Amino acid sequence: MRERAKSKRIPGKTDGLPLKDIRIADFSWVAAGPWATALMAQMGAEVIRVESRRKLDICRNQPAFADDVPGINRSYFFNIFNASKKSCTLDLSKPRAAEIAKKLVKISDIVIENFAVGVMEDFGLGYDELSKVKPDLIMVSISGLGQTGPLKNAVCWGNNLHAYSGLTGLTGYTDGQPRQMGGTWADPLTAVTATFAILAALHHRDETGEGQHIDISQCEATMAQLPEALMDYAMNDRVRRPTGNMDEAMAPHGLYRCKGEDKWIAIAVSNQAEWEALCDVLGNPNWTKEERFSYELGRWQNQDELDRFIEAWTKEHEHYEVMNLLQKAGVPAGPCLDAEELYKDRHLQARSHFIEIEHPEVGKRPSVAVPWHISGVPSPDYFHAPTLGEYNEYVFHELLGLPRERIAKLIEEKVIY
Amino acid sequence: MGKQALSDLKLVEYGDFITAPYCAKLFADMGAEVIKVEQPGTGDSARRAGPFPNDTPHPEKSGLFLYTNTDKLGITLNLETALGVKVFKELVQHADVLVENNAPGIMDKLGVGYETLKQVNPSLIMTSITPFGQTGPYRDFKTTDLITFHMSGYGYVTPGGGVDDPDKEGPLKAGGRQSEFASGLTAAVATMFAFLARKRTGLSQYVDVSMLESMHCLSLGPTAGYLYNGKAPNRMKYGMLGSLANLPAKDGYVCVGLFDEGQWLRWVEVMGTPDWAKNDVFKDRLQRSANWDVIEPLMAEWSKDYTKEELTERGQSKRVPCLPINTTKDVLESKQLAARKFFVKVDHPEADIVKMPGAPYKLAKTPWLLKRYAPLLGEHNEDILCGRLGYTKDDLVKMRQAGVI
Repeated sequence: MRERAKSKRIPGKTDGLPLKDIRIADFSWVAAGPWATALMAQMGAEVIRVESRRKLDICRNQPAFADDVPGINRSYFFNIFNASKKSCTLDLSKPRAAEIAKKLVKISDIVIENFAVGVMEDFGLGYDELSKVKPDLIMVSISGLGQTGPLKNAVCWGNNLHAYSGLTGLTGYTDGQPRQMGGTWADPLTAVTATFAILAALHHRDETGEGQHIDISQCEATMAQLPEALMDYAMNDRVRRPTGNMDEAMAPHGLYRCKGEDKWIAIAVSNQAEWEALCDVLGNPNWTKEERFSYELGRWQNQDELDRFIEAWTKEHEHYEVMNLLQKAGVPAGPCLDAEELYKDRHLQARSHFIEIEHPEVGKRPSVAVPWHISGVPSPDYFHAPTLGEYNEYVFHELLGLPRERIAKLIEEKVIY
Repeated sequence: MGKQALSDLKLVEYGDFITAPYCAKLFADMGAEVIKVEQPGTGDSARRAGPFPNDTPHPEKSGLFLYTNTDKLGITLNLETALGVKVFKELVQHADVLVENNAPGIMDKLGVGYETLKQVNPSLIMTSITPFGQTGPYRDFKTTDLITFHMSGYGYVTPGGGVDDPDKEGPLKAGGRQSEFASGLTAAVATMFAFLARKRTGLSQYVDVSMLESMHCLSLGPTAGYLYNGKAPNRMKYGMLGSLANLPAKDGYVCVGLFDEGQWLRWVEVMGTPDWAKNDVFKDRLQRSANWDVIEPLMAEWSKDYTKEELTERGQSKRVPCLPINTTKDVLESKQLAARKFFVKVDHPEADIVKMPGAPYKLAKTPWLLKRYAPLLGEHNEDILCGRLGYTKDDLVKMRQAGVI
C-alpha cells in the first residue's frame, strides 16, 4: 500500500494525465535529468526538484535571460527545461539533510539523479539506502559513461560525450575534420531515452510491485543512434569520416544558398521521379538534360557541379518559397530555420507547438509543448518553472509534516539552503 | 508476466526505414512481442541501406535493418489487397499497439485508418509518426533526415564552436540519421504515455508524432534563448562559445571543455603552465571567450605532440573534462564499453555473427535483452498466419500466388 501525501494541485488540472498519481524526487540538474522530469511533469507527475544555494544548477545562470537581465529565475534554459516542476532547497552535503531527503523519497515513486558516480552514496542517498526506505522505488542514475567501468569517474560534459561516442568524429564538412554539435545533444537525447526506461519500469512496478535501479550512460544513449557507422567498422574495418551534408546514395542532397544573408534550403532527391519534378520546377534548363545527370549514380558522382547549377537557381529565391515550390511538386525540401523563424512558422503555430507560461518573476513567456499529440491526453499540465525554493513550505511542512519551528532551525543551520 | 518490463505488450508495426521500426525495436528489446509487417518481395527499405559485410548488398545482411529490427517477428502483407487488409485487421485485433510511419492519409486510403481499426479493437493504441504530423499546412510534405535536422533549428547552429564565415561554413547536419532515430525514440515515449493513460481509462488512444516537433524539442538548448530575449542564435554566437576546443593530437583529436576558472587553470597546468597563458588577456572567462581564436591555436601547438590517450589521462588526472574524439574503431575497441558490455552480437542465419550497439539503459531487474535476430523477410508467415490466425498452408500458397504475402 503506497503512502500518498496530499499534493497541492489545481483541481482538475491533472485529470486524465497518465502520471497523475506519480511523485518524482528530482535530484538531477542541467539537462539530462531535468528534461526527462519536465516531460513527465507535463504528463501529470508531481516533480519536486531538490536544489541548493550551495551549488546552484548552472542553468539558472545560463544566458539568455528574460530581456537580457540576469537572474537565477530568469534563464530561458532553466525555465524551459524545468517547466511544471516544484523546487525545494536542501543542502545534501549537510549530514542532517539525508534524513529529510529520505522522508521525501519515502513518499515518492521515482528518484532521478545525474551526479558524478558515487556522489549520491556519499550523501547517504544511494540506491541501497533509499530502497530500504522505499522498497519499490524506481531510481534512475544518469551519468556520462555509466555507473561502472574504468572511465566511470571521468569528468565530462555533453560535448565530451559526443566525442567519446563517435558522433563528433562523424560530424564535419567534407574536409574530414571533426566539428562540434551546435549544442547540448546528448543531454536531451538521454533525457528522452531515460523517460522510456522509466515508464517501462513504472509499468513493471504496477504489475509486480517491484522497483529497481536504472543505470543510464549518456554515451550509450548517443551510440544507440549510430548503428550504421559502428557496424560498418565491425563488419568491414572501415572507419567512416564526416561527409558534410552529403548522403551515401541520394543526389542532389545538401544545403543550397537562398536569397538573403545566411539563408539556406535543404533538398534531398531520392528517386528519378523526384529528380524530374525538381527539373520541372527549375524550368528544365539545358543543363538538366546532360546525360551525366540523367541517372542516379551519375548525379551522385557529379554532385559538386550539380549542386552549383541548383544553387544558381535557389540563390534567386527565398528559402520558404523554394520549400513551397518543391514540396508542391513532390520534392523533399525544407528551409534551414533559425529560432525566430521556427517560432513564427505557420505550421508549428497551427500545431500549437509553442505555448505561453506565466512566471512570477519574468511574466508571460513562450515555451514549447510536448512533442506528441495523444487523443486521450489533450491537455498536458504546463505551469511555470519554480523559483529557487519556491515550494519549501509546501514540501517540508505540508508534505513531510515538519513543524514550523524545526523548519526555521534547519534554515538557520543552512540545511534547508 | 515475463522477466522483462514490457513482456505483456503486443505490438504490430507497419513501418519502413527507421522511425516506426526503431520505435517498435525499443519495445521489442524490452520484452514486448512485435510483429513487423513488410511489403512482399522488397520488404523494408532499410534492407537496401547497408552497411553490408564486404560491401556486398544483400537484403538479409543490411546493418541498418539488422539493428533496427532486433527481437521482432516478421511477416509480409500487401495491404493493397483485400485479404491483406483482412489479415492486418486480425492482427491488430489482438494487439495493444499499432505503430506506423506512412504518409498522412495512406492508412485511411488502404482501409486501415484509425477510425476503422478502433472498431476492430476498441482499446487500440495507434501511433503514427510522420514528418510534420497529421495536421497543419505541411502535413503532406515529405522529409528526410537532412531536412528534418535543418528545419528543427539544430542545423542552423551547427557546427558549434563558432565559424569564421557562415557563408563558407554553412549549416551542418550531424553524422548518421539522428532525426530519424530521435523521432522513433520520441514516439516510443509517447506510446508509453498513451499506454499508461489507457491502463487508467481502458480507452483507445491515437498518438500523432511529428519528426519536426520531436527534433525541435531536442534543439532547445542552443536555440530557445530567442524565446526570452528575441535574439536567434547562429553559428557564430552561442553561450558556450570559447569554452570548448577540439584539439589535434598525434593520432587524432580530443575534446576539451573548460567551463569554469578552476578547469581553465588546471588545464594550463596540464599544458605545463606556458608563458602565453599568463597573459592578462586570458585572465577570465569573458576575456578568453573574446580571444578564443587566439587561444585555440596556441593550445593546438602544444597538444599535437601527444596522443589522444595521453591528453585524456593528463586532463582527467586534473579533473578537466577531456575525452578523445573517438573514431568508430576507437569506440569498438573501447575498454570502457567492453566493461559495460555495450556491444552485443547475434547469430544470424544469413549474415553470420553481427555485432551491434546494445542497451541504451541498464535496468537492474528487467534488463534490455537481445533475444533474436531481425527477421528474414516473411520468416514468420506460417507461424503467425497459420499458427495464430488459423489459415492453412494451402491458404498461404494461394496468398503468395495472389501477391497478398
